[in-house]
Amino acid sequence: MSNFLSLQYFLPELCLLVFTLLIIIFELIPSLKKHTFNLSVIGLIITSILLLQTHGQNSALFLGMITIDPFSHFFKYIFLLSTLLVIVVSRYTKELESIYFSEYLALLYILLFGLFLMSSSINLLMIILSIETVSIASYILAGILKYDNKSNESSLKYVIFGAFSTGIMLYGMSWLYGFSGSLNFYQINISLQNLEDPFIVYMAVVMILAGIGYKIAMAPFHYWSPDVYEGAPTTMTAYFSVAPKAAGFALMARFFYVTFTDYSGSAPVGVSNVDWMTIVAILSAATMTIGNILALRQTNVKRMLAYSSIAHAGYMLMALSVATDSALISVMFYLFTYMFMNLGAFFVLIYANNVSNVETIKDFNGFGAKSPFLAGCMVLFLLSLTGLPPTSGFIAKFYLFAAMIEAEKFYWLAIIAVLNTVISLFYYFSIAKSMYLDKITNDVGIEENKVFTFVVLVCAIPTAFLIINWSSLYDYIASSILFGLGL
Amino acid sequence: MYNNILTYLIFIPLIGSALMLTISIIRKENNDNIYKWIALIATGLQLLLTILLLIDFDPKAGMQFEEQYSWIPKFGIEYYLGVDGLSIPMVFLTSFLSFICIIASWNINKSTLGYFSLFLMLDTGMMGVFVSLDFFLFYVFWEVMLLPMYFLIGIWGGPQRTYAAIKFFLYTLFGSVFMLLGMLALYFYSDPNTFNLITLIQTAPQIDAELWGYPLKYLIWLALFIGFAIKVPVFPFHTWLPLAHVEAPTAVSVILAGVLLKMGTYGLLRISYPLLPGEVIDFSMILAILGVINILWGAANAIAQVDLKKMVAYSSVSHMGYVLLGMAAVVADNKAGAQAGLNGAVMQMFNHGTITAMLFLLVGVIYDRAHHRYIFFPKGHEKEGEVGFGGLNSNLPVFGAFMALTFFAGLGLPALSGFISEAMCFIGGFSAFRTITIIGTLGILLNAIYFLRAYQYVFFGKLNKEYEGLTDMNAREIGIIIPLAFLVIFFGVYPSPLLDLVHPTMDNLIDLIQSSSTFLGMK
Repeated sequence: MSNFLSLQYFLPELCLLVFTLLIIIFELIPSLKKHTFNLSVIGLIITSILLLQTHGQNSALFLGMITIDPFSHFFKYIFLLSTLLVIVVSRYTKELESIYFSEYLALLYILLFGLFLMSSSINLLMIILSIETVSIASYILAGILKYDNKSNESSLKYVIFGAFSTGIMLYGMSWLYGFSGSLNFYQINISLQNLEDPFIVYMAVVMILAGIGYKIAMAPFHYWSPDVYEGAPTTMTAYFSVAPKAAGFALMARFFYVTFTDYSGSAPVGVSNVDWMTIVAILSAATMTIGNILALRQTNVKRMLAYSSIAHAGYMLMALSVATDSALISVMFYLFTYMFMNLGAFFVLIYANNVSNVETIKDFNGFGAKSPFLAGCMVLFLLSLTGLPPTSGFIAKFYLFAAMIEAEKFYWLAIIAVLNTVISLFYYFSIAKSMYLDKITNDVGIEENKVFTFVVLVCAIPTAFLIINWSSLYDYIASSILFGLGL
Repeated sequence: MYNNILTYLIFIPLIGSALMLTISIIRKENNDNIYKWIALIATGLQLLLTILLLIDFDPKAGMQFEEQYSWIPKFGIEYYLGVDGLSIPMVFLTSFLSFICIIASWNINKSTLGYFSLFLMLDTGMMGVFVSLDFFLFYVFWEVMLLPMYFLIGIWGGPQRTYAAIKFFLYTLFGSVFMLLGMLALYFYSDPNTFNLITLIQTAPQIDAELWGYPLKYLIWLALFIGFAIKVPVFPFHTWLPLAHVEAPTAVSVILAGVLLKMGTYGLLRISYPLLPGEVIDFSMILAILGVINILWGAANAIAQVDLKKMVAYSSVSHMGYVLLGMAAVVADNKAGAQAGLNGAVMQMFNHGTITAMLFLLVGVIYDRAHHRYIFFPKGHEKEGEVGFGGLNSNLPVFGAFMALTFFAGLGLPALSGFISEAMCFIGGFSAFRTITIIGTLGILLNAIYFLRAYQYVFFGKLNKEYEGLTDMNAREIGIIIPLAFLVIFFGVYPSPLLDLVHPTMDNLIDLIQSSSTFLGMK
């Protein structure tokens, strides 16, 4: 579709840009300054309405640079919802009181814009552009606590790691471009078919995995994430562990499913027999095991959750490694439930931080008695993160394993994953233990805050009650795995 | 009136639990008694429905009171409930023990709301396991129990409760994740894909895929076995049990030993046996050996214990060994032997549930009074080596009498229910695995040793001055022991009502397994 015609389908993204500017302008006008928060919420709502208007569209925009398809739509809703929740919580976070809030909001908007593009790019250049848009906003947001050394450190580490891995990825892409003469996923896929010597493809796959792996915190490119997660403001940690990670998975799924996979046989295989599936499977095993084992030793809650989020990336990679449709559905299902449970857990942490400076797991001591509702929800989220019924985390994990068994591939990986589930129980429940089982040593009363109660409830309800019936969610996701057209 | 009775059975406790939480939110100032009463009414109602169910139950009719609704059609997941001769004793045991345990927990004063609401959630999970006929549903209920159990042990337990709770949680989860993989393999390799346990009886034996050089069915059996064996617990997976049982509060120990352990053997009989009959036959020898190891290892460990509760806990390991031995007898050439074995196993599951409940309740009685339960004081204790009690019969005669009855039931004295089922397990075992069973019978002797020895040191001899002031059992405590004692004596003297419930179902199971090609090939 031509550039001009494409604009009508690009309205949600344009809306985000307009509101980014509006927020900055509002910040400059003293009488409007206090309305930036409301403005940002309104912006998200309008964007989601515009997004609804383009629902069901499936075509390539801007001469095949990006695409608009049900697949990207699903992810855009995830981004919008998680951004909305995080913005609302940020408003009431003590940690963020010292910063220029509008600046923070504007950056979040830019980040969100980048995420939108990431989930819909079908062109190598667009990938780099969108990843960079997301990354640069992330660097600043991680370091937004100007006077906090840890926050500064995390920002710097993030920059160095990000720049490095994007560089490697770019190099990998240059191999692809040099070989195929095209930047478009579909055209690259055509020129990669039936190669005699697929060495080039292997090189490209490995290097591109480095770039994407950094975004989703896949081992061995995960080193930045515990430090960044610990140093960044907790709201941003929550956000980084959900939205950009989801975007990373969207990008990876689209890139690998479209470019590197051959569907001519009965089961999907790598194009020209490039076995990227096994590479991903091994990396997935490493990711989940490293994430879980290192999480065991953490005393700092944020670090622990950072490692746990590495482990979750491992579980999702596991399903992607079989490259079937149901695997993709299961990953999307997982991301959907993971958004609620992980954000929920972080929100409880943020609240606990607000009222009594909780940093280590031990600091949760007595929380169960002092704040029964939030502590109860925390247990629910932990249960769900572990993947136990009757929570949504169980259903999601169930589908991941189902995808593995259905594909009749990588059973060893499924066994490693279930063992990892058991390991994860131990550290997740160290929080529950601290909240309920340990003797109460500090007895500061905590008053529950209505906004937090509400936001946590928004996360808790789908987590707790999805088990009643998830058919329609599954059907919706199953209808969203349609990738956009090539040109 | 019997429409959806099983659904009510499952969800009445959960509704009770939800009601408690609602009340606690609405009214800030509460008398804790209200929670106890809600729990009592919920479990009482459940027990009442169970009795109605029992009255209307027809042992010969196979699966009944079925409820089948589509849940997630795309994945063939159903909400499918039903009871047959295997599940009905367990359903009764669950609601009966839950009701008794609520009364036994009446003196709990530490966060009553939490305790009773968790207890009811646990009840829902247990009941769900015993009536589910859809593997997915079964798995959900199976896992739902873990969380309440974790908190019940971890918050209201003894000194090592934190460790005991997480150990229980980790062990059981370890088992059940393998069960999850086995369940998915059954689903995807059966045609049509289904979790329906009744349909799978036909389709699962036809799976002929291979994996890593083994038939897939072997691996599925193993995966399921790990899950069930940890719950039983089968040696060497039993190490969570003594710890959890000892640290848990009395009522929770009763549930753990009385109901939770039975889930393991129930799962084997409900799922592994009918779905994978060929593998059952291949593994029956191993099952028998594990059963005998359980009997001897549990008993030998019980002898070495100085803590009454720990002794009782190990006796559970030993008694569950009888169940395994009886179950292994399904391969006996002699049909009567196989019947004795399987019926004995199910009856032992029920009888052990009642006997062990009495044991734990009575140990709880003495612990409430003396605040310890040592037969001898252990190493490191200030009174190391001294007898813990002694001569209690002189000032707690009622307690002594009940304890005697329970101990005798535990060691398998004729005319008490334990004898019947243990004898049947041995008869079955003997007709299938002669040598192994003969070794196993040593367990009877070992069982007698620790029970009699414990009785001697606690109740006979000179009364310890320190405990002269102890009062005998109060009306509440006697009231909850009497129904259990009644069942133990009744089924000891006249076991046929229980046997009649169980045996048509077990006969079908034996026919199913013995008609499988592996068995006929063996012949």
